[in-house]
Amino acid sequence: MTARISVRREISLRTREGLYGYGFILPWIIGFCLFTALPLVQTFLYSLNNVSVTATSISLNFVEWANYTRALFTDPNFIALLIGYAIETLVSVPIVLIFAMIVAIFLNQKFRLKGLFRVIFFLPIVITSGPVIRELSEQGAASAPGVADNPAIAEFLAQLSPSLRSPIEYVLTSFILILWFSGVQILIYLASLQKIDRSIYDAAAIDGASGWETFWKIVLPSLSTVTVVNAIYTIITLSHFSENRVIRYIYAQTYDVQGGIGYASAMSFIYFGVMIVLLAVIGFALLRWARKSSV
Amino acid sequence: MTHQVFDTRQAEAAAARARREQGRTHLLNHPIATGIRGFLFGNRAHRGLVFTLTLYALLIAIGFVYLQPLLFMFVTSIKSPADLLNPMVQWVPTELFMGNYERAFRVLDYPNTLLASIMISVVPSIIQTGIASLVGYGLARYRFRGKRLIFLLLLATFIIPPQNTIIPQMLTYRDLNLLGNPLALILPALLGQGFRSAIFILIFYQTFISLPKVLEESARLDGATDLRIFLTIAVPAAIPAYIVSLIFSTVWYWNETFLTVIFLEGGVTTLPMQLSSFTQAYENLYPPGTVSITERLNEAVKMSGTFLNILPLLVMYFVLQRWFVESVEMTGITGE
Repeated sequence: MTARISVRREISLRTREGLYGYGFILPWIIGFCLFTALPLVQTFLYSLNNVSVTATSISLNFVEWANYTRALFTDPNFIALLIGYAIETLVSVPIVLIFAMIVAIFLNQKFRLKGLFRVIFFLPIVITSGPVIRELSEQGAASAPGVADNPAIAEFLAQLSPSLRSPIEYVLTSFILILWFSGVQILIYLASLQKIDRSIYDAAAIDGASGWETFWKIVLPSLSTVTVVNAIYTIITLSHFSENRVIRYIYAQTYDVQGGIGYASAMSFIYFGVMIVLLAVIGFALLRWARKSSV
Repeated sequence: MTHQVFDTRQAEAAAARARREQGRTHLLNHPIATGIRGFLFGNRAHRGLVFTLTLYALLIAIGFVYLQPLLFMFVTSIKSPADLLNPMVQWVPTELFMGNYERAFRVLDYPNTLLASIMISVVPSIIQTGIASLVGYGLARYRFRGKRLIFLLLLATFIIPPQNTIIPQMLTYRDLNLLGNPLALILPALLGQGFRSAIFILIFYQTFISLPKVLEESARLDGATDLRIFLTIAVPAAIPAYIVSLIFSTVWYWNETFLTVIFLEGGVTTLPMQLSSFTQAYENLYPPGTVSITERLNEAVKMSGTFLNILPLLVMYFVLQRWFVESVEMTGITGE
């Protein structure tokens, strides 16, 4: 008898806990439905229609996949922008990751004026906004100093094939911009570096490991998981950045007579798809490496 | 006694002999050489000079890369029109010219847009932080079905690009007559869907899950309600997470232009919004046909505008820099 009561109480306690849990996250669930799920479905519907918006109403004209085929096969700009975006992301992510890791390792050392350098290195977190970046790159302040306008380099670039030239040119002209996207990643690396137990370094030093070996055998493997996190973060910030050319094109098309909301929605979904593919490719590659190195 | 003295002498002589021998065979092991080597390349106790110098050189180089655009912005913004045209003047202007700032100040309508920016970034941030802590606490402290699904959807809200959801939202706001109203940003924040809300929810999840449960359990035995436990025990314990979230949220809302332009256009004008239409605003205020050539829009004025735009953030950053720099360590965000 008592056993049965306690079982029932146990169950009711668990239900109670569950209900309270849902209570705490209820605002989020409502918000997810209203502000994420519903608009996402609506945007998908728009992408299958010709949408015309008047002052009072929205009229839909079902066109199946016409918006998608137009974006993929007819529009001369969209595919070029999309390929550019994919290449730029694939080039930027390793640069950001390597750079952030190096800076974090530096900042993890003991040296004088560390506070000052930390303040400088995290500055980009604060000021990286679309309009500021646009003004700066318009003035040419975003390229690697003295490199992009160097005649020898221009000569060298001119001899490369276009498929190779555009990524290199991109790196040269927006090198500082790429580095400016590393602020949060440095923070994350630094935090996980500080979680490494100091005694492991001492043990390695006693065993005669050099700094170089310590990096490859201890530091890098312990940063592997967080590298995946950083890679995802980098891809998403780069893809959502309001100065991203694909986003600007989609935005311009939304209000264009030729384009319209339906067409812009279709492009948004194609762009989203490409982003997912990039996330999957980079994510899986890094995850495999992380598994291998952490075992 | 003498015996002992003799002994030490003998030992000293032997040691000196050994040193001499060693010095002959391994010049590099001489104490002075070891000292110099240790000084340059480091030994077990401390880093060497070469390493330290390399470290500083790299740090300064990277720091310069980061500061160069800011420096460029500032130097250009105080150049007079004559300095701008003079190819000899690169980094050091001949005079401190404040005219650009005067004009940028007026073009940006600085007091009004600054106030709007502060409101548009601080109010949603406070709401977003509060809701994120509530959701993060719910996820960290309660067991319920579908938690994995919630995490998956949380990640989805972070990944889905804003332009995939923004058009229907905008049309709904238009029907509700909320376009241009700050509520258009506040409502999503109130329901946990603010700008990058997922990150803040995860920060709070990490924070609460790493706090000990004991205090909350004893409060529950004393008959406190769940909301009371959250407000009186969990919230005070998570103050650093609140501060960090508030700071980052404010900065990100401040810098966000994609959402604000679409939702607030025509109603509220923030600083970054005004900066994106700087050229147009300038020409409205100083029509190109009517002003002299030195008063035309030039890059010095643009850079003044840009600098005025980031100035409040810079001030905030230097006041609160400790919280930025140590934020991740304080909240332990880097978890799984």
